[in-house]
Amino acid sequence: MGKVQTVKMVVTGPFAAGKTQFIQTISEIEVVSTERKISSESERIKERTTVAMDFGRITVDEDLVLYLFGTPGQKRFDFMWEILSEGMLGFIVLIDSVRPETFREARNILDTFRAYAPTPYVVAANKQDMEDAWSVEDLRIALRIEDGVKVLPCVATDRESVKRVLLELLYSILERMDAEEAESE
Amino acid sequence: MALKGNLRDFSITQLLNLINLARKTGTLTVERSSERADLCFREGKLVYASLGNQHNRLDQILLKAGRLTTEQTRLIQAQVNATDDKELGLWLINAGYVTQKDILQSVRQHMLEIVYQLFTWTDGKFRFEPNQLPPPERITVPIGLENVIIEGTRRMKEWEQLQDELPDLDMALRFTDRPGTSLRNISLSIEEWRVISFINPRNTIRQIAQATNMSEFQIRKIVYGMLQAGLVELVRPEGREVAPPSRGGERREAPLPPPAQRPPAVKRSVVMRLIDRIKQL
Repeated sequence: MGKVQTVKMVVTGPFAAGKTQFIQTISEIEVVSTERKISSESERIKERTTVAMDFGRITVDEDLVLYLFGTPGQKRFDFMWEILSEGMLGFIVLIDSVRPETFREARNILDTFRAYAPTPYVVAANKQDMEDAWSVEDLRIALRIEDGVKVLPCVATDRESVKRVLLELLYSILERMDAEEAESE
Repeated sequence: MALKGNLRDFSITQLLNLINLARKTGTLTVERSSERADLCFREGKLVYASLGNQHNRLDQILLKAGRLTTEQTRLIQAQVNATDDKELGLWLINAGYVTQKDILQSVRQHMLEIVYQLFTWTDGKFRFEPNQLPPPERITVPIGLENVIIEGTRRMKEWEQLQDELPDLDMALRFTDRPGTSLRNISLSIEEWRVISFINPRNTIRQIAQATNMSEFQIRKIVYGMLQAGLVELVRPEGREVAPPSRGGERREAPLPPPAQRPPAVKRSVVMRLIDRIKQL
């Protein structure tokens, strides 16, 4: 049996930001998830939520596989975050562009993941197809995202949009590699 | 005079039965290769247990039980300089981190896990020191031995079956190419998800157990369930010669390297291949 290299990316963000949908849209396998009915009234924005994590897969070729791990959005499952961040190549912070009440939490999640691992990341502003969506420029200011970090428009149900976010993250990873290489010379 | 012997001749089940019936007070110490377990009893009831190679501090026990997060544990260790578990427990209750019930349940569970693990030891020297009790700073929880013996014996049978099904913990795991459609509504425990996050052809099952702080029994049970569900399959670990399967749960003398917490430095060419593939989707 040949050696298969696996790489891992994490999709994180607040509750109901669209993380499960994001992975479902691009994964070649049916996403394995642990979605459960919402029990708390305050979190009854959608019918089901991820209680542990999702994972999807993209096979590159016979010896390289990319896994996408989605984190649980509800705060009481945040103990899973550190576990999921182990060994990730990069991460995506997904924001619900129409729910400003979640922006503060998104910022906290971003800071937490940055502390776990110094890997490249991008911010994806989901639900940009909705009328009340905040623009990426406004979101950058609202979430105090540094200039060097990409804030990308996203519609998690649209495959092309999800592809663009993943590609931008990979380009950021390449840029980091180039910078590190230049530093070492 | 202390009771001394070897588990080969007098099993843990027999020892616990003796302690229970004679309502003994004292400490039973069992040692095999580099491992050591101490069980303390008061009038025939288990009151304290520790395993030499496990973290037995109260905050670590609460972390393992899911009552504290890693971040909280870090903060507590920075704020509280207590080596006394009772003092630490009081501080945690007053600070609102946990309740007394949380502490007692977690300590009880921790003790039971250790004693159940001992049921899988078929070899090892033991001695019983009468009237020797745990240090006063430790939290003790009295547990009757009758149910422990019944449950331990049941697990011992299950352990033997699991060893037959999954004899070699030095194999690695990988996700199957196409999980069955029934996995759509899969329901996994937190412990199972913890294992999943470490699945990689480079990590052996034994390394995953070490990284997730699980006993051989726990990891075997979880991996066996995943194998049966068709979620994962066994593979030889990458870059390592695999020894022939060993029976009987024997441990290696030399310590294994730590589990791969991070992937090796990914090459630029790998990222380029990922980019090309995603563009094609």
